[in-house]
Amino acid sequence: MNNMKPVHFSSAILGFILAAGFAGIRAQDVPDVGPHPPQPAKHTESHIGNITGHSANARMDYRRYCAGCHGDLGDGQGENTPWLDPKPRNFTLATFKCRSTPTGTLPTDEDLFNTIGRGLTNSNMPIWNTFTRQQRADLVAYIKTFSPRWEKEKAGEPIKVPAEPPITIESISHGKALFTKLECWKCHGPQGKGDGPSAATLTDSQDNPIRPYNFAAGKDDSRFKCGSNNEDIYKIFMTGVDGTPMPSFADTIQPNDAWDLVHFLRTLQVNRRSRENDVLRSAGGRIPPYVEKPSDAPPANPPGSGAAGGGN
Amino acid sequence: MRTSKTCVAVLIATLCPALMFGGTISGKVTYTGTPAKAKPIDMSKEPSCAKQHATPVMTEGVVTGANNTLANVVIYVSAGADEANAPAQAVTFTQKGCQYGPHVLPLHVGQELDVVNGDQTSHNIHPLAKTNREWNKSQPPGSPPIKDKWDSPEFIEVKCNIHPWMHGWFAVLKTNHYAVSGADGTFTLPNLPPGKYTITAWHEPDGVQTKDITITGNEAKSLDFSFVLKPY
Repeated sequence: MNNMKPVHFSSAILGFILAAGFAGIRAQDVPDVGPHPPQPAKHTESHIGNITGHSANARMDYRRYCAGCHGDLGDGQGENTPWLDPKPRNFTLATFKCRSTPTGTLPTDEDLFNTIGRGLTNSNMPIWNTFTRQQRADLVAYIKTFSPRWEKEKAGEPIKVPAEPPITIESISHGKALFTKLECWKCHGPQGKGDGPSAATLTDSQDNPIRPYNFAAGKDDSRFKCGSNNEDIYKIFMTGVDGTPMPSFADTIQPNDAWDLVHFLRTLQVNRRSRENDVLRSAGGRIPPYVEKPSDAPPANPPGSGAAGGGN
Repeated sequence: MRTSKTCVAVLIATLCPALMFGGTISGKVTYTGTPAKAKPIDMSKEPSCAKQHATPVMTEGVVTGANNTLANVVIYVSAGADEANAPAQAVTFTQKGCQYGPHVLPLHVGQELDVVNGDQTSHNIHPLAKTNREWNKSQPPGSPPIKDKWDSPEFIEVKCNIHPWMHGWFAVLKTNHYAVSGADGTFTLPNLPPGKYTITAWHEPDGVQTKDITITGNEAKSLDFSFVLKPY
């Protein structure tokens, strides 16, 4: 009963104003105008560690904190949307940038939970560290009510990230060779400044212009959209950034090669202190040209060592 | 025994005309109005592709022929035919010379799709699906075909973000009765059992048109479509 009071009160005020404005119209005749978030069709849960999120508990938080941009209907058409770039996520499509799962699959609950907590750099999505973990879990469950895909499909199988091999100049050098071979530079530019030949033509899946990531700008790590440690960067090109031009390389890069690429990408962050930049500096500040090791070629007789991959 | 024999007889009687004397719908797609002009594509940023073409490749948004004929129109049975299963063989979508082949690829829901890179450069295949799952995968030269299938019918735009002029369509249909109009605008839908059908024609910039038609016996019927084109 307690929470009904304000409703009565506001409808009384509304009734009074309308009665004053348009004589003869009573409060109960007021048309139900304006979008209202529909009641979640089905109660949805999220599971993050030992926390269980419930969609029903996030309704008010969503309206208060999320709907302004993501819209009452979750379609990314909030009242702020016309002024935002990049545009807010459209939850009805269930396409998400930061995932641990393969391209085209749904993210895990934890992926969405982390995105809410981390925010998205270079966008208007802030770091929601004011929420409790329970609130964030509830919001994850709520977001999942907007697309029927969550009822039909399961989250993808998370990409496995093997242990990081040691950072060596050979690893960086091989990473550079991959950066050229896989044509990362076509968008990200030869020095990772986001100025490659295709950069100016890029659009996201909603046809809005989008910039490739500029590795060279800024000093700190927080600028990476989907997490800032080496493992997060590894995941980015293995999962792709869905809804953007960034594809998945999961089918084309071997795990150890992927780590070499991560090590090279770190050296593109020229103003950032990192182990990779230390290794590069102690090697004279220049990346030697990559020489294909004999072990990289498919061996005629597999060596008995049983070591997986080329090794570093 | 007798009932099963009559059953078989009835089955043969009903199935045979359908199998042996299928009706055929054929026709021509034409246009009125002014079509958007095809423009030459500048591939100079990708020399490995540019050198494969002696003359500049033209954009394929609207492809017309002599006598106002219209190519790349997908004509398919949208209602009336049974929703047959996907054929077992895969369809192939090729990237060659930084062009998609074909520009519009019709396939059945659930049919296997092989995306092949025949170029000396990396492509990324980015189908901008709305009801199906959107994905985006890189395919460096020499990699194996990317295999996928689509769960629901949709006209899916596909592009390569590295080469922004590359642009094509997957026409995911719930029928095996489909055709794409050729350069002369003609199409044929063979092997249609007697029945009432709705035939839909889809053209990239103009959307769909539908027409109803009834097939009796093994007749060959003609059905033409005409689209009104705008220059912009």
